[in-house]
Amino acid sequence: MLTVLAAGPLATIQDRGRPGWASIGVTRSGAADRPSADLANRLVGNDADAALVEATAGGLRLRAERTVLVAVTGAPAPLDVDGRPAPLDAPLTLRAGAVLTLGMPPVGLRSYVAVRGGVDAAPVLGSRSTDTLSGLGPAALAPGDRLQVGGFACDEPVVDVAPVRRPLVAPVLRILPGPRRDWFDPAAWTALTSGDWLVTADSDRVGLRLSGPELVRQRDDELPSEGLVPGALQVPPDGAPVLFLADHPVTGGYPVLAVVATADLGAAAQLRPGDRLRLRA
Amino acid sequence: MVPVERDGPVLGVRPYGDRALLVEAGDLAGVAAVREALEAAPLPGQVDLVAAARTVLVVLDRPPADTDGEVLRRLTHHPGRPEEAATVVELEVVFDGPDLTEVGELTGHSVSEVIAAVTSAELTVAFTGFAPGFGYLTGLPGDLRVTRRSTPRTRVPAGAVGLAGSFAGVYPRASPGGWQLIGRTDAVLFDADRRPPALLTPGTRVRFRERP
Repeated sequence: MLTVLAAGPLATIQDRGRPGWASIGVTRSGAADRPSADLANRLVGNDADAALVEATAGGLRLRAERTVLVAVTGAPAPLDVDGRPAPLDAPLTLRAGAVLTLGMPPVGLRSYVAVRGGVDAAPVLGSRSTDTLSGLGPAALAPGDRLQVGGFACDEPVVDVAPVRRPLVAPVLRILPGPRRDWFDPAAWTALTSGDWLVTADSDRVGLRLSGPELVRQRDDELPSEGLVPGALQVPPDGAPVLFLADHPVTGGYPVLAVVATADLGAAAQLRPGDRLRLRA
Repeated sequence: MVPVERDGPVLGVRPYGDRALLVEAGDLAGVAAVREALEAAPLPGQVDLVAAARTVLVVLDRPPADTDGEVLRRLTHHPGRPEEAATVVELEVVFDGPDLTEVGELTGHSVSEVIAAVTSAELTVAFTGFAPGFGYLTGLPGDLRVTRRSTPRTRVPAGAVGLAGSFAGVYPRASPGGWQLIGRTDAVLFDADRRPPALLTPGTRVRFRERP
């Protein structure tokens, strides 16, 4: 068992989400940076479906109530155990009473703390993920919460330290055409893929709000709502695109110009307000 | 978009990144036909279907292949379930919504005429969205069409029954909302611990009954 001493700006329980329920208006949710979450689970020998903690901008402090094996991945939060620096991306043994502290990462936004056995919580529609948009799943973590450890370990952990690609400053995300590219002037695609984009405030697990060049539309009629996916880049009338992340609404009423490649969604989820990025076809 | 000949419900298939395709089905009947065909015979790796007003989003666990587009373009109207086999949900409604009088004024009806029209309509869930368990209900008489409120309410209570455009709907839980509210029901529209969790799923038939 782990006790939450501090949760930082937002810490939630996440797993691989709840696919298969979109037809009743439930989005998938799940870890925003899935490759980092998967790595954390692998490092402690968990099933890929095990739940873990997604910390946002550090600030998380956890006390082990018995000896547990943990691993921290994702945004490179300065890490310490009882005040002694500890490595990221490696299995760490926390003795009973030890306190793990994640500081503010210098780059990136979301860090993942996996514990061997997985975090147990009541599953909702088959998932322990907190969907911040609809409110499904466990509540966000708060000081005093006790996290039960589940039985979701499978393998003996064998990896000592994993080589990982750190979140980049000003990453280039690959994009593919979205379903409504033809609603835009051809110059909009050029503007999208040649300009510098800024992540603005008001960005969260639902999506990133971007500011950059004007994306001129060819059609001004209203689009009947249609389905969304993570990575969809939707352009509302004010011209500031929204890049949707894990807790995106199931449908949206503005045209989707482009979609970020699935392989780059983890990098997108590491961007924070004030960060810059580029998009490349 | 690649155009197709219109003998089935599919007008075209649009690209949607590396894990989805968007099927254009034109109208609600086409959307229902595409949804039913893909529920009966899913594509390999099909994870989710999002039926909407004119389109069906097909989410896959793999990149789409050319063959997917071919299969989707060739979808035919599924034979469908016999009428009597479709689930019918009856919702008891108290018609005391704050916009009931205004809906009457906007549509040129008395309040009792509005209630009679709503309770005699054979409604169907065309698609869902907005919130878990929210169904867009079609089948209202054309003269009950009202626009959304110009200023949405910051809080609409759970169970509120509203009208907007050609649709009726019931708010599954308290949320902001701009629909014209005509009544309320005690029915639980969404309960994650219930199977099925949503009372209203695409294709479900719905009748409103006035609670005496």
